[in-house]
Amino acid sequence: MSDNKMNNGRPLREQEQFSLNDDRRVKVLSPGALVVKRFLRNRLAVLGMAMLVVMFIFSFIGGMISPYGEDEQFYTYEYLEKEYAGVVENNELRYTTAEGKEFGSLLQAKVQMAKNKGETSFEDKGVKYEIIAEGDDFLSITADGEPLTVASRDIVSSVGEELSFDVKFAALVASAEEQSSFEVDGTAYELDAEGDILQGGEVVGSVSRFVVQPAQTGTKIPDGFKEAVAQAIAAEQEEFTFADAEGKEGNYKLTWKPATESWSVTQEVETYVYDRYLSPNREHWLGTDTNGMDMLTRLMYGGRVSLIIGFIVVIIETGLGVLFGGISGYFGGWVDNLIMRIVDVFYCIPSMPLIIILGAAMDAMKVDPQIRMLYLMLILGFLGWPSIARLVRGQILSLREQEFMTATEACGIRISRRIFRHLIPNVIPQLIVICTMSLGSTIITEATLSFLGLGVKFPFASWGNIINDVNNAFVMTHYWFIWIPAGICLLITVLGFNFVGDGLRDAFDPKMKR
Amino acid sequence: MRKFIIKRVALSALILLCVTFIIYGLLRCLPGSFIETQAMTLSQAPGAKSYEEWIAQLNEQYGMDKSIVPGYFVWFKDAVRGQFGDSWKYVVPVTQKFSEVIWLSFVMNGIAFLLELLIAIPLGVVAATKQYSRADYGITAAALVGISLPTFFFATILKLVFSVKLGWFDLYGIVGRNYAQLDSMGKLLDKANHLVLPIATLVIVSVGSLMRYTRTNMLEVLNSDYIRTARAKGLSEHRVIYHHAFRNTLIPLVTIVGGSLPTLFSGALITETLFSIPGIGYTSYQAMVSGDIPFSMFYLAFMAVLTLASNLISDILYAVVDPRVRIS
Repeated sequence: MSDNKMNNGRPLREQEQFSLNDDRRVKVLSPGALVVKRFLRNRLAVLGMAMLVVMFIFSFIGGMISPYGEDEQFYTYEYLEKEYAGVVENNELRYTTAEGKEFGSLLQAKVQMAKNKGETSFEDKGVKYEIIAEGDDFLSITADGEPLTVASRDIVSSVGEELSFDVKFAALVASAEEQSSFEVDGTAYELDAEGDILQGGEVVGSVSRFVVQPAQTGTKIPDGFKEAVAQAIAAEQEEFTFADAEGKEGNYKLTWKPATESWSVTQEVETYVYDRYLSPNREHWLGTDTNGMDMLTRLMYGGRVSLIIGFIVVIIETGLGVLFGGISGYFGGWVDNLIMRIVDVFYCIPSMPLIIILGAAMDAMKVDPQIRMLYLMLILGFLGWPSIARLVRGQILSLREQEFMTATEACGIRISRRIFRHLIPNVIPQLIVICTMSLGSTIITEATLSFLGLGVKFPFASWGNIINDVNNAFVMTHYWFIWIPAGICLLITVLGFNFVGDGLRDAFDPKMKR
Repeated sequence: MRKFIIKRVALSALILLCVTFIIYGLLRCLPGSFIETQAMTLSQAPGAKSYEEWIAQLNEQYGMDKSIVPGYFVWFKDAVRGQFGDSWKYVVPVTQKFSEVIWLSFVMNGIAFLLELLIAIPLGVVAATKQYSRADYGITAAALVGISLPTFFFATILKLVFSVKLGWFDLYGIVGRNYAQLDSMGKLLDKANHLVLPIATLVIVSVGSLMRYTRTNMLEVLNSDYIRTARAKGLSEHRVIYHHAFRNTLIPLVTIVGGSLPTLFSGALITETLFSIPGIGYTSYQAMVSGDIPFSMFYLAFMAVLTLASNLISDILYAVVDPRVRIS
């Protein structure tokens, strides 16, 4: 025989001569090899296998290669337009009252009444008030001959130290009479064309028609800001820069709002934010999600979670199913009856609603996401075993009547060994098929639960909870890269399992022609 | 036959008893967030009783003060008389809410089921008769894609394409914005329009399994001896397939279709929730998430009854349709 096979250490196939009834004339394949051969002939099954391999590499090796972590967040500087102040052109009389005196709204109303009647004086509580028209829309009021208040559309605002009433009054008069200088208490002031009040070449205040109010209470409008706004409005600029007393420069935008007849000033503020919903680019191939995490990395870790959950659930299911199915099928009688009634009960429990209720309860108990994942696997596994138990029992019922079982009995092998060493291995083909198929459906169930927010929770990624973002309709319509890739990964994986399961079913079936 | 049915019904009743007890026990063991939340709100009102007092009062009011076993028997006694209590979330009797929403689910599932039959059976037969042809591969692959599609993902894609991009349908709900102004025909059309996407989702996601079932059974029949005999007699291929083979394929099909009839009432939990269709699925989803025990209990028991009913129907139909089963 060795002469035939070897010639100078090399096999010589061509020269081999066998007799007609020699086994070596026919290529003999083991049953396993036949199954593999049949499986590889099925194009869909091979395609499914390839899909699975790709997804496994993507999920388990991808996470290692990816430069980012599962929950690494990315930040960016962003310029936000923040409402800073509102500017209104003053159209009504505003009162500026001398220091230490009061001019309440009652008196203001009386002024208006007197003005409407054309009177120039009125009395209130024994005090005689006189109204003097100093110019258009500019009144001054004296109480018993002493200057008390001025009413004007123009407003004098101070830069730095608050200007005294006398200075304000004089400035308003000068502005109304279009003079370029005035004098108060021996100090000379100048009034330039833009309405700035200068004292010795330095701006101390201004006369303008604009009122600036901060958009948020508590914000202090810096000195000189109003002048800058007035200038910008006068020059019809839409943008201007303004440096406050400390020299910090800011960009501001002016927009006219016709509805309220006012300008709004927005400030550009630089903020440090999560880099959310970033479109795909070189650094983040699939962009970033709502928390500023790299989408591709999330997908890889999500795949790992989905696949691991799928496998553990199927292992639990199969373990329980084989155990109960094996015992039930082998012993028959009342044991079989009891176990099958338990199976019937489990079959009848509506699993999806029950898992939803349990998920909601875990929400109420605020279970830690990691422990929650464990519970999820246990629940899914515990609800899934009856179908496997039925399959195993059915197969074993017919197998145990065969001769090899009588032989094991005759050999005195103990019962557990008879069931799990001699019966179960004969069920393995069907088991592999049903496990492959149920891997796919388990992954879908887990994804659905995570999508509803009742399965795997943040910070863990799962394909389902990545797609969960579409509950925000804006994300659904504008950020395809958030949810389409996750859905495609899910589809490819489940499809892979189903193709392979289908192919295995055909390959294991000895009746198949091919 | 009669004895068989009676035995099966009695067994089903026993299983139902076990199932409802397990569900009841589970629901009671879980922290009922509903009562706690309500007690919290009530106790925060000015001058209200303390949280503990409210909890005690609400527990008594809702019949939650009994322990599980006596509580279950109270529930069971009422349930047998058709009283399932008041829903906590919807504040109406459970059965009233149920009768409001069930028909929408039934219509939706019914249409979807009819479409599934119309698509799945012919395609399954074609795939089986032309086994390993391009058509067979195409149909098998399409069926598997349908099975593998996660409902929520597919529904979202449909929404994106048909609601957002094309604007043909609304994103959510069963009625449009101007529903109140429409006449009765318009109202019907409006509702129909809103059901298109949910039904499309249901059909595409679940048509695959029926298609594969048809194909498998048809293949089995085509491999049997009497088909070979029919061919040997020289019958036309058309007659062999549609007269001899298809009628035998109908046996398992009729049983599975009959068995599916009760599940038409079960609603489509996920699809209804995704499209906010106020059927039994969506209504129960909201009740379950908010911890509404009476409604959840009713819904789960109802689902259990449906499962038992469909098993029973398919078993009986199998005996009715297939004479071979009856003889043995």
